[in-house]
Amino acid sequence: MNEFQEKLVHFTWPEPKKSYDVVIVGGGGHGLAAAYYLATRHGITNVAVLERNYIGGGNSGRNTTIIRANYGIPEAVRFYQHSLELYQTLEAETGRWIMHQEKGILWMAHSEIGMQQQKARAAINRAFGAKTEFLTPEEILKVCPEIDLTGGGVWPVVGGSYNTEAATARHDRVNWALAEGAMMRGVHVHQKTAVTGLLMEGNRVTGVQTDKGPISAGIVMSAVGGHVTSLAAMAGLRLPIRTHPLQAFVTNHYARTFHPIVASTNLLFYVSQTARGEMLMGAEIDPQPSYNYRSDHHFLQSCAFRATTLLPFLRDLRVLRQWTGVCDMSPDYSPIMGKTSVDGFYITTGWGTWGFKAIPASGEQMAQLIATGETPEMIAPFALSRFAEDRLMADRGSAGTH
Amino acid sequence: MILLNCPNCGQRNSLEFRYGGEYNPRPAKPLETSDAQWADYIYMRTNKSGVQKEWWYHRAGCGLWFLAERDTRSNEVMQTYLWEPAAKEVGD
Repeated sequence: MNEFQEKLVHFTWPEPKKSYDVVIVGGGGHGLAAAYYLATRHGITNVAVLERNYIGGGNSGRNTTIIRANYGIPEAVRFYQHSLELYQTLEAETGRWIMHQEKGILWMAHSEIGMQQQKARAAINRAFGAKTEFLTPEEILKVCPEIDLTGGGVWPVVGGSYNTEAATARHDRVNWALAEGAMMRGVHVHQKTAVTGLLMEGNRVTGVQTDKGPISAGIVMSAVGGHVTSLAAMAGLRLPIRTHPLQAFVTNHYARTFHPIVASTNLLFYVSQTARGEMLMGAEIDPQPSYNYRSDHHFLQSCAFRATTLLPFLRDLRVLRQWTGVCDMSPDYSPIMGKTSVDGFYITTGWGTWGFKAIPASGEQMAQLIATGETPEMIAPFALSRFAEDRLMADRGSAGTH
Repeated sequence: MILLNCPNCGQRNSLEFRYGGEYNPRPAKPLETSDAQWADYIYMRTNKSGVQKEWWYHRAGCGLWFLAERDTRSNEVMQTYLWEPAAKEVGD
């Protein structure tokens, strides 16, 4: 698919009703995907998505759009591989060009221990369905000739893992495709509608209070990014979430020849080229939690320094734009999906710095949970209850952002 | 950039410091603390959008651990001070 075959998106903006079967708080990718899959897979369309600003204006429109499945534990590899495959067919399914482009992600190792990690990663990926191989420096150079294998003399590349199916997609278009697909089937999306409280009856959530009046609901699902702790607190629920800013930036346009996505275990950055030819870079989260969207020079300097160490050609480029999103970090850097101890209140959160790639799978699985009332097997390990059970997921290293 | 006023060294760039987490007192009576309460203490956070009381460590300075009150929406630091065991906190 491409831009020449495209028609304008059909958005419809009806007035809010007094009551819905399902109310989804948060009109980012995760909320819109849940609505989309409720409508397409389960025929549930008496659904409202409430967004306090505009759809895709939070982290769904601020991330670096990397879709990959090279995680470190079986549950995560299976989940993210499923999501990656849903992305591969999303254009055909929605009839919308999301600019999905398969690029492959190279994850560099610079030491003996880093090499062992990447070998283990490739092995566990293959065992659970993701296509990841271990590459030697010479093979890396074939995939990405721009890399300085000496790492500026300080961080020599001794090998790396290569998740061949990794891809990028245009984040706004993903949000719009899902929103349109849901709306076409009768789902309501209400922008500029802030949730200010939850309606409760005992231990059950029965609806939401918004700045446009109360809306009752059979099930309320939080797909909030950034401020999920505040929403959960309205239901008397405490979450293991710390909200940290994550910054990213793009350079001016470079000839569109840089094909893969490149990341590094030690240098902690990830870079890819956008469809416009900009080099898009991100790194780790800010060390202290904050809800502030301000970008800073320290991040720019530090990330640029590390990126140019491995990719010297970046030195000739200029920084065009820099921005910030606020990320819900969970203690084990894994998402939290499913039911909560409050009846009628489901959450999909803890999407920290890895949420974009999971949009279709999270939406699909949460939709199944809402439709059937049963937690799907695929997301059961990601339940909120794992913290009380001291059963954390040992996969912090796969995030690449700390 | 966040400016922090170290009680020893005065106002410095936050890059000199290490953030130590939101103020989260340890359960005072371990033997009487249930598993659920321990899990809450270890994992759950208030994660406040507003003025938060939090720990900082002057890593590249005097090595002091101290408390700060910072607005997490604006990153403005209201005040910094040394921790003192308040009478009401013992057995809290």
